[in-house]
Amino acid sequence: MTAPVAITLTVNGERLTRLAEPRETLADFLRRDLGLTGTHLGCEMGVCGACLVMLDGTPVHSCLSFAVQADGSAVETIEGLTESAAVTDLQQAFHERNALQCGFCTPGMLVTAQGLLARKASPSREEIRDALSGNYCRCTGYEAIVDAIETVARRRAASREELPA
Amino acid sequence: MNAPLGALDRPNSYIGRSVSRPNAKRLLAGRGRYVTDLALPRMLHAAFLRSPYVHARIVSIDTEAARAMPGVRLVATGADLAALCTPWTGTLDHFKGMKSAPQHPLPLDEVTWSGQAVVAVVAESRAEAEDALGAIEIAFEDLPAVADLDAALRPDADRAANGAEDNLCFRARLDTGDVEDRFAAAAHVVEEEFRFGRHTAVTLEPRAILADWDASEGKLTVHHATQTPYQFQDLYSRHYGIPEANVRVIAPDIGGSFGMKLHVYHEDMAVIGLSMLCARPVKFVADRLESFVSDIHARDHRVRARMAVDASGEILAMDVDDATAIGAFSTYPRTSAVEGNQVIRLMGAPYRFRSYRAELSVVFQNKVQTSQYRAVGHPIACAVTERLVDMAAERLGLDPAEIRARNLIPDDAYPCDSPTGYKFEALSHQESLARLKALMDYDGLRAEQATLRARGVHRGIGIASFVEISNPSPAFYGIGGARISAQDGAVVSVTPSGEVRCAISVTEQGQGTETIVGQIVADQLGVPRERVRVTTGDTETTPHGGATWACRGAGIGGETALQAARRLRSNILSLAGTILQAKPADLDLRDGIVVEASSGSERIALSELARIAYFRSDTLPPDTSAQLTVAHHYAPQGYPFAFTNGIQGCHVELDAETGFVTILKHWVVEDCGRIINPLLVDEQIRGGVVQGLGAAFFEECRYDEDGQLTNGSLADYLVPMACEMPDIVVGHIETPTADTVLGAKGCGEAGTAASSAAALNAVNDAMRPFGASIAQLPMTPTRILAALGQF
Repeated sequence: MTAPVAITLTVNGERLTRLAEPRETLADFLRRDLGLTGTHLGCEMGVCGACLVMLDGTPVHSCLSFAVQADGSAVETIEGLTESAAVTDLQQAFHERNALQCGFCTPGMLVTAQGLLARKASPSREEIRDALSGNYCRCTGYEAIVDAIETVARRRAASREELPA
Repeated sequence: MNAPLGALDRPNSYIGRSVSRPNAKRLLAGRGRYVTDLALPRMLHAAFLRSPYVHARIVSIDTEAARAMPGVRLVATGADLAALCTPWTGTLDHFKGMKSAPQHPLPLDEVTWSGQAVVAVVAESRAEAEDALGAIEIAFEDLPAVADLDAALRPDADRAANGAEDNLCFRARLDTGDVEDRFAAAAHVVEEEFRFGRHTAVTLEPRAILADWDASEGKLTVHHATQTPYQFQDLYSRHYGIPEANVRVIAPDIGGSFGMKLHVYHEDMAVIGLSMLCARPVKFVADRLESFVSDIHARDHRVRARMAVDASGEILAMDVDDATAIGAFSTYPRTSAVEGNQVIRLMGAPYRFRSYRAELSVVFQNKVQTSQYRAVGHPIACAVTERLVDMAAERLGLDPAEIRARNLIPDDAYPCDSPTGYKFEALSHQESLARLKALMDYDGLRAEQATLRARGVHRGIGIASFVEISNPSPAFYGIGGARISAQDGAVVSVTPSGEVRCAISVTEQGQGTETIVGQIVADQLGVPRERVRVTTGDTETTPHGGATWACRGAGIGGETALQAARRLRSNILSLAGTILQAKPADLDLRDGIVVEASSGSERIALSELARIAYFRSDTLPPDTSAQLTVAHHYAPQGYPFAFTNGIQGCHVELDAETGFVTILKHWVVEDCGRIINPLLVDEQIRGGVVQGLGAAFFEECRYDEDGQLTNGSLADYLVPMACEMPDIVVGHIETPTADTVLGAKGCGEAGTAASSAAALNAVNDAMRPFGASIAQLPMTPTRILAALGQF
């Protein structure tokens, strides 16, 4: 029952095969087996949002998924989203607005923000605050994070308008 | 204002400027290195078996089966660790009569709260260690639990810890002597009994420690998620008998602390011994369930207070009784009595009255230990004072802003002191009140409130003035015998390439310590900020200091950096004078280039000067002393504490049917002295406000009557979420302290100090039409409905 199982998945664009214990969470697999420590664990029960990663393009709690469940899937962590430049504008806006302090919640915040803006291009502040309800931050009081996401939504909308029809 | 600072129109004028944090970029990229992320070769993992009993005697422990489990390398009990580690006692000498029993890493024969770690297992993986916990047999003999404040104080009460004389940890009294007369002569007396729930820090990164004992060198390296690496270097050295210089504590990126990560925790102390016993690195990360039963809790006060006012609304006196319930032991080394001590000393601090009496009782019980957490004592003193002021205003038919205008210490009355003995250098309460009224359109909100009340919409407006203690001198801990430094140290160097390094003892938890230190050093030296590298958090590479707590990073650490940079600048200009055959006084350093002070014409780049000093000292005159590294320490002098001040406003809407409160908006006007980086100050304030609003509405460690924590998970314990929090408007007044050149006082606690008080007043204001009131935090919907008589 606890014998490791071979899984094959794509992580940050790289296809790899590893052995994983059935009880190992995706979060532990990413952090411990792959050294992708940008994914954080704050509660291990799907409440705080620090462990969010993109699984086949959708934000999921990696603390609530087992690694074996990700077999055959594509996972993107903060490291991959950074290298692919998918969240560069969000990172820049967070930096300018000081929308992070200790930074422990930040990778999860960025994943949520990216997921939100993929779903809804121009969310209101209330919609941004609602979308962040599964992401706890103890340092900032949230306002700077809302500001940063709102800024990026505006910037992305403006750059879309500039594209030729 | 001090002339050379704050002028933003010269090169490298960074003090007072909003700049982003260079070290935030790695956190944004997922490249932070928290202790939870670290792995060392041959590293083992610790897990702890915890007591399910609130209070029990340990009859026997059978670890034989656990030792045989896969991957297990060590099973250790209290006796095993007591053989290595001397016990500790959480008292301070200046708290006369304070008592607390000695503590060990793991208990020897008695558990005193549910969740206390009893046995440690060290294994190849955390999972294997946890597997083995299930194979340990402990026989407990249940003992009576002390879980109620009043019951604990009865003469015949059971004891929270066996062998204790009684359950009273500490008692203090303050009395100006004339309180009874003042109350007898008062036109009005208002009184209330307040309750402040227990809450806890919930740092998003839990506590984490990785101890690495190298028996070959006799050297201990501890990677520790803490604010205070020097304090722990001292403690590990003394309790484990290792020479101080052989103990290195490294605090890398820290995922939040707020005061919680500067106390000694039993598991953390145990991990040091476990590493010594295994002669391998041992890591322990508290999971969230463990955090709730082992991280310190805070608050848990019951305050009975009354205030006397005359017919004109002048406050005459306050009389306060604060009883606070801690754990079965006082925490170490900062104790569990500091919060209560600050509660009784901060009462009424913004106001002019002179007659005061207070009694403090710090009481043992069988719950998680309590200790210092952000804004220690301030939220309680502020909420009690400010609610009584509002009650007095209501009694007199005065507007809450008007009664404050009549009683706040006038801005021209400084220096002055409080009836509790605090000395105030210069504060700005009256200006703050005027600014807040303008910022929130106070009169407009009152008019709107009246209109909406007529339509059955119940909004409330609450305001709360506050002071905040900052820049603590040795009066805080040093005089009590605790080896906790009030001074800080910095080493500032010019590198061979003409860049600048600053290693400093104040630490970073995301508030921006490294950024402001970099701003100050660059500003005072005259170099671009990008060329200054600041390092913190390692006892082996930075000088000993107090580090970051109680609001001292900017005020004390910043002044240390400033003085160090000025000395280095003097050395640079002296060397430049030698090289250029010019008078140092005629030279200046601007943007990394030594220039002629009068004309600004370039003479020599700092990089060229450094090249000569490091590689061609043969070209310098024989008696030249090129000192491009300066080590400098600074300890606060003058006032025992700096005080900041401010005022907050909270606007809420109450749904009287459900008891739910919507926080519409929150305002803060605060005076933290010199502002080094407005962007960072504003975010400190906002984050602090939200922690206070959490205490006001959501956060509470709830215990049943037997002393079991009933909501110890993040699904049950409510942390403020983005959707519940308002936008927060922040305004500033700057009254620098004259005790330092920099003039900074600090802002870490200001938000938390008064936001719950403002919220309490706002909710009570909303409830006024119902003739109802509430005096308990958090103000849950259930409690609000009960106050409204609906439940």
